[in-house]
Amino acid sequence: MNIAELLDEKRVCICAGSGGVGKTTVSAAIALGMAARGAKVAVVTIDPAKRLANALGLEELANDPRRVENDRLAEVGLEVQGELWAMMLDPKRTFDELIERVAPTPDRAEEVKANRVYRELSTAVSGSQEYTAVAKLYDLYQEHSFDLLVLDTPPSRNALDFLDAPQRLSSFLEGRALKALVRPTGIGMRVLGRGALPLLAALRRVTGVDLLTDLGTFFQLLGDMTSDFSMRAEQVDKMLRAPSTAFLLVTSAEREPIDEAIWFHDTLRRTGLPFAGAVVNRVHHDPFSGTEPDDVESALTRTLPADLAARVAQNFRDYHLLARRDDRNISRLAKALGGGQPLLVPQLDDDVHDLEGLLHMHEYLFAPDELRERLIAELVA
Amino acid sequence: MPALLDKRLIFVTGKGGVGKSTVAAALGLLAARRGLRTVIAELSNQERVQRLFEKHGERYEEVELAPGLFTISIDPDHAMDEYLRVKVGALGHMLGSSRLFHAFTMATPGMRELLSIGKIWELAQIQRRTRGAPAYDFVIVDAPATGHGVGFLRTPQKFADIARVGPIAHQGRQIATTIADHKFTGVVVVCIPEEMPVNETLLLRESLAEDGLDLDVVVLNALYPVRFDDDEVDELEAALRRARSPLSRSALSAALSEHARADCQREQHERLRADVDGRLVELPYVFADHLGPEQLEQLADALEPQL
Repeated sequence: MNIAELLDEKRVCICAGSGGVGKTTVSAAIALGMAARGAKVAVVTIDPAKRLANALGLEELANDPRRVENDRLAEVGLEVQGELWAMMLDPKRTFDELIERVAPTPDRAEEVKANRVYRELSTAVSGSQEYTAVAKLYDLYQEHSFDLLVLDTPPSRNALDFLDAPQRLSSFLEGRALKALVRPTGIGMRVLGRGALPLLAALRRVTGVDLLTDLGTFFQLLGDMTSDFSMRAEQVDKMLRAPSTAFLLVTSAEREPIDEAIWFHDTLRRTGLPFAGAVVNRVHHDPFSGTEPDDVESALTRTLPADLAARVAQNFRDYHLLARRDDRNISRLAKALGGGQPLLVPQLDDDVHDLEGLLHMHEYLFAPDELRERLIAELVA
Repeated sequence: MPALLDKRLIFVTGKGGVGKSTVAAALGLLAARRGLRTVIAELSNQERVQRLFEKHGERYEEVELAPGLFTISIDPDHAMDEYLRVKVGALGHMLGSSRLFHAFTMATPGMRELLSIGKIWELAQIQRRTRGAPAYDFVIVDAPATGHGVGFLRTPQKFADIARVGPIAHQGRQIATTIADHKFTGVVVVCIPEEMPVNETLLLRESLAEDGLDLDVVVLNALYPVRFDDDEVDELEAALRRARSPLSRSALSAALSEHARADCQREQHERLRADVDGRLVELPYVFADHLGPEQLEQLADALEPQL
């Protein structure tokens, strides 16, 4: 199994996983590989390393995909049949564009954008990155101008934030919770029914009157837009659940990210979202499948000074510890995924931050099983 | 500015995956060794710190990890109930049991963060709001990842600005003042020697400065040992060319690979040092199956002479 097979017939690939596992580079390498195989691909990323951004031609913040010229890719030795496009998400701008799209008039859009609650919402609040990432993905999806969209999910500690955060923000925008309490009208807010009165009084006492007024004004401004948000939320949900969408888990082989990948997989299954496969990045491969490399020191003393041989041996023991750890964690992941081996990308000697690096990573992701095994064997011996 | 361990409230942040919880735990051990009654507050609802210490306690209660070291997992819902009970009395009780109210507050952007940070603030008070709860000398917050991290620290001020009057504004202002007090509050950024985490650390410093905050310490985590010098690397390369047995070849390849990675690390290390020299604290890469109490003690040992 390789990535090209996993993503066959897919239109959306969402790379999810906990922070620091290399989601951005894996996403970019996947996009690169699929483009090489003839697809028109856009990778949507949040905050790539500067050198990687430069490599993809993302020097400037433009909130729409930019083409990475095939010549540029040919320079590093990759013949691309399709097209590679890349964009760096600007959450604030995406939010503004969303408001502009759903507002009945440009004036109303300006009013919303100037509202204080909105300004907080679109920038500071955790979840705005996740929300806008999905919103942008949906827009590109609707435009139908790409064969495949690859989304690098926002950096967060917890992979599940990607699913939870947009939902929270979405239900706020739809005004569900607030609508039950107050009704924004021409003269401000009116309490719904008598029963809510003491509750509202208490709410004011706890939150401060002005907060409620601001929220009221905000929802008054949104007006009918809230139903547009509901409708959009439904359509976004449909896109996420479509058989042509693939959630790809990206993880490293350490215990915690693997735990999180398993947890994320369970959540996908429980909520009926389409899981496609898992990529384990930065794997330390064990060339001797678990046997203790005890006699390495004596083998080396024939060619190296004893002191140097001892340090090489210590390094090898340390490496082995990590290789065995990785092996155990990967087995655990494979078992939790129920069949279907994860795709393994070895720990490379360098940070991946340029086109050469992406190309290198892409070889492992796109190689048939047999070739991948051979590549890895060459790497460790 | 006082030394890190002379402060009272420390936020530990950094890019995802750099070892924030680990550093928070090691810092906690160090503080407890110095006789400070210490608590590590977690926000992610994942009880990572408890798991590091191989403990499985109550969810929202304070759990003792080691002598003088406690942890608590902070949940916004739970924090709100507690706040309402203590602050608003009977009315609070009514609100607390209202599902509508919960839905409303939890949907209000930033409210979850405000409630969590409010609870943290409460932990750091000498007179605890919670009746009979003993005071802590040192509160370590295993804070959200950078990006979110700064937003998190700004929440109280934002709420104070939005609400203007009333209890939320009052509390927001009170907490914001505490956070801005360099004698009371400190920020630790955890970083690993790779390009992205170093970038984020440098950016974070700028963005903290915008709010009048500064980072106290940068912990550079997971540094590979430098095992070989350049001449030795030449020797290893020559040996690899001659080596025939798979075992020797693997061992030599592994040595050269690690050396290459250590070289990459050194480059990032220098970049960071150029910017935050004097506040840089280093921790070694721990070669272990996973981190447990034993490894945390080792990391606390490594912190000891540096803090």
